[in-house]
Amino acid sequence: MNEKTSFSKRPGVQTLLVSVLCAAFGVFLGFIILLLMNPAHAVEGMGAILRNFFKYDNNITTLMYYFGSAIVKSVPIILCSEAILFAFKAGLFNIGVAGQYTVGIIASLYTSVALGWHWFFCVLAAIAAGAIWGFFSGFLKANFNVNEVIAGIMLNWISLYLCNIILGQETVMNVSKSETYDIAEKNASGLLPGFLQGVFGNNQYMTIAIPITIIVAVVILFVLNKTTFGYELKATGHNKEAARYAGMNPKRNVIFTLMISGAIAGLAASMIYLTGIEHYKISSSVPGMGFNGIAVAFLGGLNPIGAILAGFFVEYLTLGGQYLNTNYYNPQVADLMVAIIIYLCGFVLFFKHLFSQIGKNKAVKKEVQE
Amino acid sequence: MTLLIQYTLIFSAVLILVALGGMFSERSGIINLGLEGIMVFGAMAGCMVMVLLPSDASKFTIIVLTLLASAAAGMVASLLIAVACINFKADQTLIGTALNMLATAAATVIVKAFNTVRSGGSDFSAKLDYVKGHDAFMFKIGNLQLSWFIVIAVILLICATVFFYKTKLALRLRACGEHPQAADSVGINVYQMRYVGVLISGFLGGLGGIIYVAAANTTWHFDYGVAGAGFLALAVMIFGQWKPERIAWAAVLFAVFRSLSNVYMGIGFLSALPISGTVYNMFPYIVSLIVLALTSQNSRAPKAEGIPYDKGAR
Repeated sequence: MNEKTSFSKRPGVQTLLVSVLCAAFGVFLGFIILLLMNPAHAVEGMGAILRNFFKYDNNITTLMYYFGSAIVKSVPIILCSEAILFAFKAGLFNIGVAGQYTVGIIASLYTSVALGWHWFFCVLAAIAAGAIWGFFSGFLKANFNVNEVIAGIMLNWISLYLCNIILGQETVMNVSKSETYDIAEKNASGLLPGFLQGVFGNNQYMTIAIPITIIVAVVILFVLNKTTFGYELKATGHNKEAARYAGMNPKRNVIFTLMISGAIAGLAASMIYLTGIEHYKISSSVPGMGFNGIAVAFLGGLNPIGAILAGFFVEYLTLGGQYLNTNYYNPQVADLMVAIIIYLCGFVLFFKHLFSQIGKNKAVKKEVQE
Repeated sequence: MTLLIQYTLIFSAVLILVALGGMFSERSGIINLGLEGIMVFGAMAGCMVMVLLPSDASKFTIIVLTLLASAAAGMVASLLIAVACINFKADQTLIGTALNMLATAAATVIVKAFNTVRSGGSDFSAKLDYVKGHDAFMFKIGNLQLSWFIVIAVILLICATVFFYKTKLALRLRACGEHPQAADSVGINVYQMRYVGVLISGFLGGLGGIIYVAAANTTWHFDYGVAGAGFLALAVMIFGQWKPERIAWAAVLFAVFRSLSNVYMGIGFLSALPISGTVYNMFPYIVSLIVLALTSQNSRAPKAEGIPYDKGAR
């Protein structure tokens, strides 16, 4: 018997293959949708989405500026997906990330604009707010057996209305523009410190959020795979009763998992809103970041590093929607493509099965021939 | 006060239908988190039919065609869940979430394209107006404005209850949600039963969607989806312990809280309270969290829900 598994059968490689397949198929279906909407301009439209900010390739500074903005905007989606995959590894589907992200927005904007705190404490406040929101669903799950998905969804809506109340106050909201005040204007110390701004065409939104995101991903990878705590979380996720029998405390682990997951989501909100690139507007639907994070987590093969790549890809597509010619298409086509890609991610198991089946059949044939 | 009753009836109708849909799906063993998305598709199809029908169409034609379109659209949407979760053993939570995102995005894109084509390129909004269609569903008893939607919901509730308790098909369907292997061993086709469960949820969810959108409004912005009504229905279903008659009561309770946020302005002592209107919006969600905390401990959830059926498993 040959002990070494071939390159194409390694789980990591398979996951990557499947993700690329899902993404490619999603883009392909997106192209078909463009064809259905307006066949004459479909190629041009798809080209605009995929070419994206590279259309500025005649001017390297502008190009780098937009490249920087794309990175900045992909930070929250990556962190949200880290939050989701962390909980998922522990057997919890934390759909409440959207709400934890929303309370993160409340905490970071309120502390920086209304209270004038230093950025470091604003970030801490956002993390704490997210953790508290995560604690609610964890507490309900552990002590009252409330499904974390339903609880998360309810908390999402509650957080949205809370956000509209708190950030709708005149101390935070610029009523004439109906969006929150610029942090730079009200409290410059509330902005995150810059990072490599010179390289990216003096993009003032490039901040330490980017290295922080990478550090968070690495820490999650480490905690899940190399620590007792991570092992306990995963064991609880696999089988609660077995974990209890082995002397772990499943209730505590459930609450901890959702708190940490919430904290990461809160951090995600502060990492985008404290750069000043985005303002909060009164909204009637929960911010989609948490939901897109689900897509990214699965597209990234539930791997913290994979999530970084997938996050950038999804944000790239979403931004690409803005380069569409609005005379023929609307930018939501890109959202639709992202949604299709998530749906396809559900078939990952099937694809993997298919791959291993192909491998097996070959092996069997070989054996028969021998 | 009549306004409160009116809204309560409408929301009850929506929640009853959608929660019953969720119940049939879960009883067959498939968790249907995509109810929200199914509602959006149903609502979109129904509204489009109302917009497209000629102005001299009779009330009866409008009612029948709108309902048929919504139910059909809901069933098509539910097929997305059925194929992925039953045939391809996909993660049911993920697929449900994906369907919700897909539905809102697709509805926005489709309605915008629809408006653009119909207006000859001057209207890019994701909004549909259907005053005429809305009026077709209205009738009055005394002071109370009622909608045919409510009558339909009541009829369907009765049908569903009878079907659920008195037919062989429903008994088989329930068996598949509790112990699919045992059901299979006595010759029941588990895959088929689960398809039936999910398709019923699509049918009822689609109808719920059109009622939610059209019973109290004459326009709808499709970029907002249905604002969490599908999830509220799931809470109703859990509170109703997966039983039709209990779901009906639970739905009425939730509907009262939901309609308070719409009509508190008109009720003297409520609008006098120093509470922001947004707080009333939070009410149904807070109440459902508390109710869930109190009722989930002895949950009667179908035992096999959420687990893809594997014929070879022991």
